[in-house]
Amino acid sequence: MAKIESLEMKDISKSFQGVKANSNVNITIRKGEILGLLGENGAGKTTLMNILYGLYQPDSGNIRINGKNITINSPMDSRNHGIGMVHQHFMLIQNHTVAENIALGFEKTPLFFPQRNLNEKILSFAKNFNFEIDPSRMVWQLSAGEQQRVEILKALMNGADLLILDEPTSVLTSQESRDLFQNFREMRDQGHMIILISHKLDEIIELCDRVTVLQKGSIVGEAATKDVDKKSLARMMIGRDIIFQIEKEPMERTEKVISVEDIVVKSDKGLDTVKNVSFEIFRNEIFGIAGVSGNGQRELVEAITGLRRVEAGKIVMDETDITNETARCIHDRGIAHVPEERIKFGIAPGLCLYDNAILKQHHKSKYSSSLFLAYSKIKQHTQQLLSEFKVLAPSINIQTKNLSGGNIQKLILGREISENPSLLVASHPTYGLDVGATEYLRNQLLKRRREGGAVLLVSEDLDEIFELCDRIAVMFRGEFMGVLEADDQRLEDIGLMMAGSMRVTD
Amino acid sequence: MNIRVTERIGILPRHSILSLGGSLAAGLLAISSIFIIFGVNPFFAFAKIFSGSFGSIYGIKETITKAIPLILIGSGLTLAFRAKFWNIGAESQLLMGAIFGTWVGLNWGPHLPAPVIVPLMFMAGFVGGALWGLIPAILKVKFSINEVISTLMMNYICNEFMKFLIVGPWRGKTKHGFPYTDDLPASAILSLIPGSRIHYATLVIAIAVVIILGIAVYRTRFGYEVRVIGENPDAAKYSGIDFFRTTVIIMIISGGAAGLAGVGEAAGIHHYLSYPESISSGYGFTAIIVAWLAKLNPVNVIFSALFFSGILVGGDAIQISLGLPAATVQIFNGTLLFFLIMGDYFLKNRVTLQWREEGN
Repeated sequence: MAKIESLEMKDISKSFQGVKANSNVNITIRKGEILGLLGENGAGKTTLMNILYGLYQPDSGNIRINGKNITINSPMDSRNHGIGMVHQHFMLIQNHTVAENIALGFEKTPLFFPQRNLNEKILSFAKNFNFEIDPSRMVWQLSAGEQQRVEILKALMNGADLLILDEPTSVLTSQESRDLFQNFREMRDQGHMIILISHKLDEIIELCDRVTVLQKGSIVGEAATKDVDKKSLARMMIGRDIIFQIEKEPMERTEKVISVEDIVVKSDKGLDTVKNVSFEIFRNEIFGIAGVSGNGQRELVEAITGLRRVEAGKIVMDETDITNETARCIHDRGIAHVPEERIKFGIAPGLCLYDNAILKQHHKSKYSSSLFLAYSKIKQHTQQLLSEFKVLAPSINIQTKNLSGGNIQKLILGREISENPSLLVASHPTYGLDVGATEYLRNQLLKRRREGGAVLLVSEDLDEIFELCDRIAVMFRGEFMGVLEADDQRLEDIGLMMAGSMRVTD
Repeated sequence: MNIRVTERIGILPRHSILSLGGSLAAGLLAISSIFIIFGVNPFFAFAKIFSGSFGSIYGIKETITKAIPLILIGSGLTLAFRAKFWNIGAESQLLMGAIFGTWVGLNWGPHLPAPVIVPLMFMAGFVGGALWGLIPAILKVKFSINEVISTLMMNYICNEFMKFLIVGPWRGKTKHGFPYTDDLPASAILSLIPGSRIHYATLVIAIAVVIILGIAVYRTRFGYEVRVIGENPDAAKYSGIDFFRTTVIIMIISGGAAGLAGVGEAAGIHHYLSYPESISSGYGFTAIIVAWLAKLNPVNVIFSALFFSGILVGGDAIQISLGLPAATVQIFNGTLLFFLIMGDYFLKNRVTLQWREEGN
C-alpha cells in the first residue's frame, strides 16, 4: 500500500435515528500535517473519525486517499490503508496482557509464541517514546493513563501513516503531554499525518498546524493555528465567550470532616499500592490529589468509599471509625463519590434516567419503603435533578447510555451532591468533557466548598488542581511527596514531585 | 455487496414485535424444511400441531396442564436471567422439589388431612428447589465459579441421586420391585379439574408467582437491585448493593419456583417418584426458551409457556399420527430458540445491505 500523501473526506453525512451527527463535512489533511478537530461533546468529531476508521459507514459522501476514492468498511480496511486510531474509551481486552493486546492488532505478529517475540519490540518502542510499560502486565491492572499509553503504542507499532487521536492527553501529565507532542512533531516531520480530536484549546494551538471546528455536526470554522488565539477558537466552538478563570474566593477551613491515618491499601495484584498515607480534610475545603494515574489514587479513593479493603491504618469521620465499613454504610454517613470511569462505575447504561438518578440512594426511606420503590417521588426527584444540574435529556424515560458524556457526568454529580454529603470524593470529574461542561462541573465543586462541604479531588489535570484546590497533595508510587497550600511557592516544582524526584516535608 | 451493521439507538415497540414475528416466522420456515425431509407436508404438520394442542377441549386441557410447570420455572428464570445469572439447572431444581415434596407426602401424608399436607408439600418442594439453586449461587459469589457449569453439572448429580433413591431406599413395597416409590396417600394427591389432568392448586400458585415476580421486578427495591446487577455489576458494587444477598435471594426464588413445579408434577400427575426423565420431560430446559421468548418479563411468561406447551402437546400428536421421531419436538424447540436469539441481534443492531460501491 502506497503511503498516504493526502486524505480527503468529502460531503460526509451520518445520522443516527434521525439525529444528524455529521452533515456535509469536508476535511482535508496532507502529508506532514497535524490537524486539530475541535468541538464540544456531541459536536460529531468522534463520529467523523469513527467513519474514517471504518467503525461507521457514512450515509453519504466519500473518502479519498491521494485523490482516489476508497471504501472503508471496517477498521481492518482502514488499517490496511495506513490509518490508525486511538480511542478515548480504550479498546483493550482487559483480561489479556499488554503484549497480547498489542499482538492482536499487529500485522507482523508471528504465528507461534507471539507474546515472547513481541516483548522486545514493545520494549524498544516504549523506550523510544519514553513510555514506562511492562508488556507482561494484565490490562485490567493498569490505570487509565497506562492503558492510554498501550493504545498509542499499539497504533504506532502498526506503522500508521495517519494517526487519529481522540483526546489523547486527557490522562497524561503536562510533562508527559509535552513529550508526547514532541513525538508527534517528529512523526509529522517524517511525513506522517495526525488528526487530533480535542477540547483543549491550548493543546490545539500548541501542536496543530491547522484546526477545523465542528458544531452540531457541521463545520463552523477552519483556520491555520498561527492565525488564531484561544479566545477566538473558544468563540468558534461554543458560539459565545467563556470565562476561563473560575473565581475561587478565599475561605477559612472550619471543622474537620475526615481524617485518614496511615492507611495501607493493596492493588488488585496484591501489592501495597497505598503506603501509609495520612491526611485530613476540613469543611469549606477542596483537597486535591495530583499525580500521574496509576500511583495509587484509584486504590486510595476506593478505600475511602468502601469499595476496597484497608489493610492497615484507619479512616475516621466525625469521630466515628469507618474503616472497612460497607460502601452503603459509608455513603449513608455522608461520603458521596463521583467515580473515575463514569460509564463503567457510575451508571447502569441500559436503565432509564430515573433508575440511575437514585443509584446508591434507592434504599433511603424517601424513595422506598422496606419493599417497594416510590416511583412517583423518584421521577419527580429526577426531573428536579435534570433542571437543577442542567442535564440535557429528551425525557427521563430514555436509556441513560443515550446521553452524552457531559450530561451523564452532570447527572452523576447531581445525584451525589443532592444528598448534601459532608465529603464529596471526585475522581477525574472533568476527564473527557468539553469546555462548557468542565466549567460547569468545576463551579459546582466550588459551590460545594462555599456551602460548607469538603471535597477530595483526584485529578491529573494540573490546571484543574490549581484552579480549585486549597491544599494539594502529590502522589507518587503510593506515597504523598508533599502536601502544600495552594499558594506555596514550592508548587513550581510539582512536576518533580510527580516524578518522584523531590519530597517536601513541613 | 456489503453488509453494514450499526447499533440501533432507541428501540421502538414495533421493532420488538417485528423481530419477534420475524424470528418466529423464520424459525417455522426452517422447521418446515425438516418436515419436508421426513416427507411430511409442513402445513399439514403445523395444522396437526395446532389442532392437537388448541383445536380440541382435550388438547387445550393438556396444553394448560403442561404449561403449569413451564410458567413456574420460566417466571423464576426471568429473574435469574435478568441479573445475568444463567441458571441452566432448573431441571434438577424441579426434581429436588419433587423429591422433597414426595418425602413429606409419603411420610406425613397418612396422618394429615389434605388442607394441611398439600401446603406442607409445596413448602418442602420450594425449600428443595431453593437449596439446590442456592449452592451454585454461593459458589459463584464466594468462589467465582461459573454458574452455567455448576448449574448444569448439578442436574447430573440430582438425576443420579434420584435414581439412587427410587432404586434403593425409597423403592416402594407395593411396586413389585419396580424402581418407583409407593403411591402418595390420597390426602397428598392434588385434586384435578374434573375430566382433565389440570392440578389447579399448582396452576393458582403459578399465576400467583407470576404476579408477585411481575411486581417484584418493576416495583420493588429488590427488583431494582436485580436490574442494576444485570445491567452493570461494577455500578452495583459502586452503589453498595449486596451481591451475595441479592444473588442468594434470586436463586432461592428461581430454584424455589422450579421446586414448586416439581411438587405439582409428582403430586398432581404421577403420584409417585420414578425415573427423573419421566417426572420432568425436560421442562427445566424448555423453560429457558419460555423465559427468553417472554423477553424476561414474568407476565409474558404465561403466554410463552402456553405457546411451548402447545408445541409439546401438538408434538405428541404428530408423533402419533404422522409417525415422526420423538426428538421432533426438541428439534422444534431448539430451532425456535436459535431464531429467537438471532432475532435479538437484529433488534439490537441495524443491518443493511449495500448493493453497490459508493462514490464510483
